[in-house]
Amino acid sequence: MHELAICQALINQLETIATERNAQNISLIVVGIGPLSGVEAQLLKNAYPIASTGTVAENAEIVIQQLPVKVKCNECGCESETKPNKLICKNCGNWRTTLISGDELILLSVELETADSQSGLASKANTGLH
Amino acid sequence: MCDTCGCNITHGNENFIKPGGKLHKTESGKEAVTVLHNLLDENDHTAMHNRDHFDQHNVLAINLMSSPGAGKTALLEATIQQLDKNLRIAVIEGDLETENDAERIRKHGVKAIQISTGSACHLDAHMIHQALHNLDLKEFDIIFIENVGNLVCPASFDLGQHLNVTLLSVPEGDDKPAKYPVMFRASDFVLISKSDLLPILDDFKPERARKYFQDIASTAPILELSSKDKSGMSEWLAWINQQIKTRKDYLKEHPLSSHSHSHTHGHVHTHSHEHTHDHVHKHV
Ligand SMILES: Nc1nc2c(ncn2[C@@H]2O[C@H](COP(=O)(O)OP(=O)(O)OP(=O)(O)O)[C@@H](O)[C@H]2O)c(=O)[nH]1
Ligand SMILES: [Mg+2]
Ligand SMILES: [Zn+2]
Repeated sequence: MHELAICQALINQLETIATERNAQNISLIVVGIGPLSGVEAQLLKNAYPIASTGTVAENAEIVIQQLPVKVKCNECGCESETKPNKLICKNCGNWRTTLISGDELILLSVELETADSQSGLASKANTGLH
Repeated sequence: MCDTCGCNITHGNENFIKPGGKLHKTESGKEAVTVLHNLLDENDHTAMHNRDHFDQHNVLAINLMSSPGAGKTALLEATIQQLDKNLRIAVIEGDLETENDAERIRKHGVKAIQISTGSACHLDAHMIHQALHNLDLKEFDIIFIENVGNLVCPASFDLGQHLNVTLLSVPEGDDKPAKYPVMFRASDFVLISKSDLLPILDDFKPERARKYFQDIASTAPILELSSKDKSGMSEWLAWINQQIKTRKDYLKEHPLSSHSHSHTHGHVHTHSHEHTHDHVHKHV
């Protein structure tokens, strides 16, 4: 059950972000997972309450965005959406392909509650990169 | 992988993960922040650090992965007996519950470091980093890491190895690459182990196994090998010798300072460069 270890890494990142941004609470987190990351979305969700207890991200809603498996053919250049154990080109059947989506394991975004945002000073949807 | 920052956003997945979608809208009183961090960033940076350690000492690191009992330790024992005696070997053992495997290795006069962190299901880069504190790398040419017997969890954690070798043993059945694509896709070399059993367990068709490897777009060479009757051993040893040479040549052409922050390995250790935490860029 390596999902618990991954969840702990997630919590560490959340705590760093909360400290950097002076947030009191994290209410929502969005994680992107591809099937070839080796991480099960449901197991990650199950591990989350255990890993987040007592942290700034306790009680956050965790949204998991499942990403598709896509390959690009090294021969014909065609891109196809496929299954994790069929990474072959749908156009020409070639098995020499490159994965272009499906192995991600990313923290996409978080929603923070800061003293500033609660008093209405911060912009409502600051989605810029930090 | 994205060319600008090295994160794993490609045109194949950007529609799903770039900001602006409905998941990025926020209620008032809250602040939405786009992050785009690989969850395993910290592990991957430690792994890169481990790889630098190996490279500084011209040591090749090979990670062995398989299901429990596929023959990793038996392979290491046979390898120790037959590998060129000028090559100095050490083994890091991920047998977390017992010292059995480490003791089997030590009987052959080879240094074995036991990682003992209880009942974890995989090794991670931090455990390897700890183990390296007990190993003077300048005394070795090649380090084998025997990962925990498990076809699922170890695949997600880069340890800093240069190469992954996976064993698919004949009694397991030839369809395992289709059932565990994440693990087998990460292989640089595949051993169909316990090949001496092929005549008895004739349900296992090596050709079918090869087909399943093609289905996961694996370009890794596949070798049938038996640690018992030693068939395939000479090809395996030749491959190891070739890899040691390839790594040394690579390091001659790419001295450490210039490659220490680049990825020389085709695996999934992607990380974004937007972040500013101080642990992130300490190897630059
Ligand atoms: N017939 C046959 N048996 C083998 C071969 N290699 C290993 N075995 C047997 O398979 C069993 C498991 O071998 P190990 O080398 O301990 O396997 P392992 O992958 O290290 O096991 P764990 O570390 O527990 O995951 C032992 O009984 C070995 O004797 C082989 O090439 N042929
Ligand atoms: Mg073993
Ligand atoms: Zn094609």
